[in-house]
Amino acid sequence: MTRFLSKLTLTTVLVSAFAISAHAGEVHVLNWKGYGADEPWAIEAFEKATGHKVVNDFFNSEQEMLTKLRTNPGLYDVVMINAAFTGQALAENLIQPIDTSKIPNYADISKEKAGSPMLNQDGKVFGVPWVWGLTALAINDKSFDSAPTSVSVMWDEKHKGRVIIRDDAVEAIQFGAIASGQNINDIKDMEAVKAKLTSLMPQIRTFWSSENDWNQMVASNQIDVGTYWSGSADRAKTQFKLPVSLVIPQEGAVAWLDAFSIPAGSKNVEGAEAFINYMIDPTFYVEWVTKVGAPVSANDKALAALPAESFNRAVMGDPKVAERIQFQAPITDAQREQYLAIWQELKVNVK
Amino acid sequence: MATGGASRRGIGPALPLLAPAYLWLTVAIFLPLSAMAFFSFMTELPMSGKDWSFTLENYAAFFSGALYPTLLWASLRLGLEVTFWCLLIGFPAAYVLAKVLKGRVREAIFLLVILPFWSNGLVRIFSWAMVLREGGILDTALNAVLPFKVNIDLMYSYPAVIIGLVHSYVPYVVLTCYLTLQAIDDSLIEAARSLGASRLQTLRRLILPLAMPGLIAGGVLIFVPVVGSFMEPRILGGRTGTFYGTVIEDQFVAVFNWPLGAALSFILLAVVLVILAVAAPVLRRAQ
Repeated sequence: MTRFLSKLTLTTVLVSAFAISAHAGEVHVLNWKGYGADEPWAIEAFEKATGHKVVNDFFNSEQEMLTKLRTNPGLYDVVMINAAFTGQALAENLIQPIDTSKIPNYADISKEKAGSPMLNQDGKVFGVPWVWGLTALAINDKSFDSAPTSVSVMWDEKHKGRVIIRDDAVEAIQFGAIASGQNINDIKDMEAVKAKLTSLMPQIRTFWSSENDWNQMVASNQIDVGTYWSGSADRAKTQFKLPVSLVIPQEGAVAWLDAFSIPAGSKNVEGAEAFINYMIDPTFYVEWVTKVGAPVSANDKALAALPAESFNRAVMGDPKVAERIQFQAPITDAQREQYLAIWQELKVNVK
Repeated sequence: MATGGASRRGIGPALPLLAPAYLWLTVAIFLPLSAMAFFSFMTELPMSGKDWSFTLENYAAFFSGALYPTLLWASLRLGLEVTFWCLLIGFPAAYVLAKVLKGRVREAIFLLVILPFWSNGLVRIFSWAMVLREGGILDTALNAVLPFKVNIDLMYSYPAVIIGLVHSYVPYVVLTCYLTLQAIDDSLIEAARSLGASRLQTLRRLILPLAMPGLIAGGVLIFVPVVGSFMEPRILGGRTGTFYGTVIEDQFVAVFNWPLGAALSFILLAVVLVILAVAAPVLRRAQ
């Protein structure tokens, strides 16, 4: 009898130990490096509140992110996907539907972002909008008396050899589309884009690939103006105290929406839901903006928690800005390869 | 039969000594290289989860336009230029080390030559970035000394790539030439001089031919990696830094088109092998 009891106790202890470990397990997050989800203060607060341990992993391009999901099924619990790529991830069965009732903050996300056709399919939600931002221009404040208003500043003879652009085919082609007055998602006149970019090449100092590159070029006063991401420009100003300002040119800018998804085969869906909920929470967002600098939250309440004159509310929330920006739509593999071929050709002919 | 037996006797005891190195080479080089060769004939990576089949398209892509041949030519030219400068700078240094300096001074100078090997290559390139840019160390130093104002801004240009690469590879020439130069008997040089050869004649007719194996080994050692280099062009070359190596890197890192990247790499390997094979008779005669 005692043996039976002790066995029973042992089993209960083991089962409950297992249950606890399953309850408060690890949450494996896949995201860009230095992009909110790996802030030490945020991880600490999340771990304290929920008991889940956060394990971060990073990617350097959307293709790398997709490959990591394909080659490591079941490893990740949360993945940050540019909404333009959510459809591709879904088509390859890399992500699973999300039960938004488990994510209390989901209700506060702006209806237009939450209802984006890129994130929803057959009435199921596959992506929770997190933040959105722009690929626009940023300037070195030291080189300008007043901020420029047009993309033509990139072609200005005065800034020859002091212009920077990202070494990314899709970004470069879409920037060319904006400069030649076209729709970024439906480029009709590719020759005009090529001509624009060809004439831009002699202006360029070098290409950037990471935030760090851009910030170093400004810190050593080597560039005047270049394409940059809105959140990064904010971080350069807030966190690194650099003389950087974002410019949304009158011709427009490329907008992107970043969202969280739960990979198929996640071992800790509950932890993933808790993490996503925390990431879209106003408390986290305000602290992220104040301490580090961030893009615009998709959560209306989080945005409302910022001071009214803050950049993300005053400028990015301006209806006149909203009219000018074009949201990135999904790109097919064939288009991406075409863009890369054009971009490589442009870079080779520069010599 | 007898020879076969002899060679078997020869290799038997040597096996335990050879096995670790060859096992390592098989695992670390041969297997990944075969995998890459395999990938280069595929439409998609098997791990991408998509359907894949065998194709020659990746190799055809190289010949489909002027892009890749132009880039390959630019890289070959870069390789030749860097090799030329390395030989020009490295050989005299090796001569002084082998024939002029003795004892502790030689040791100290030798240490200076191999010192760069002890630091990380990326760190060295980034330090060049600090030296070469406008308002950088070179610019500031020259303007502090010179009475007139000069504007040195070599950063993000073709010369910057050459400078960075020559700096990285010149020690190879010094080392290989040092070894062959040291093996030249001093009495040979003395004999030439006493028989009336001028210094230049001694160099041309005696020292250079005898040091040729070292020069060739150094040249090949430099040429091959420089043709495929991508780190230095990317960091120092700026908008002029697109070479064959950087495009291969793009295929692997930026667009995840491994099959095309692998095919481009094998074409590079083939071209380099052809160049070496064509040059082999000339090089052998020179030796």
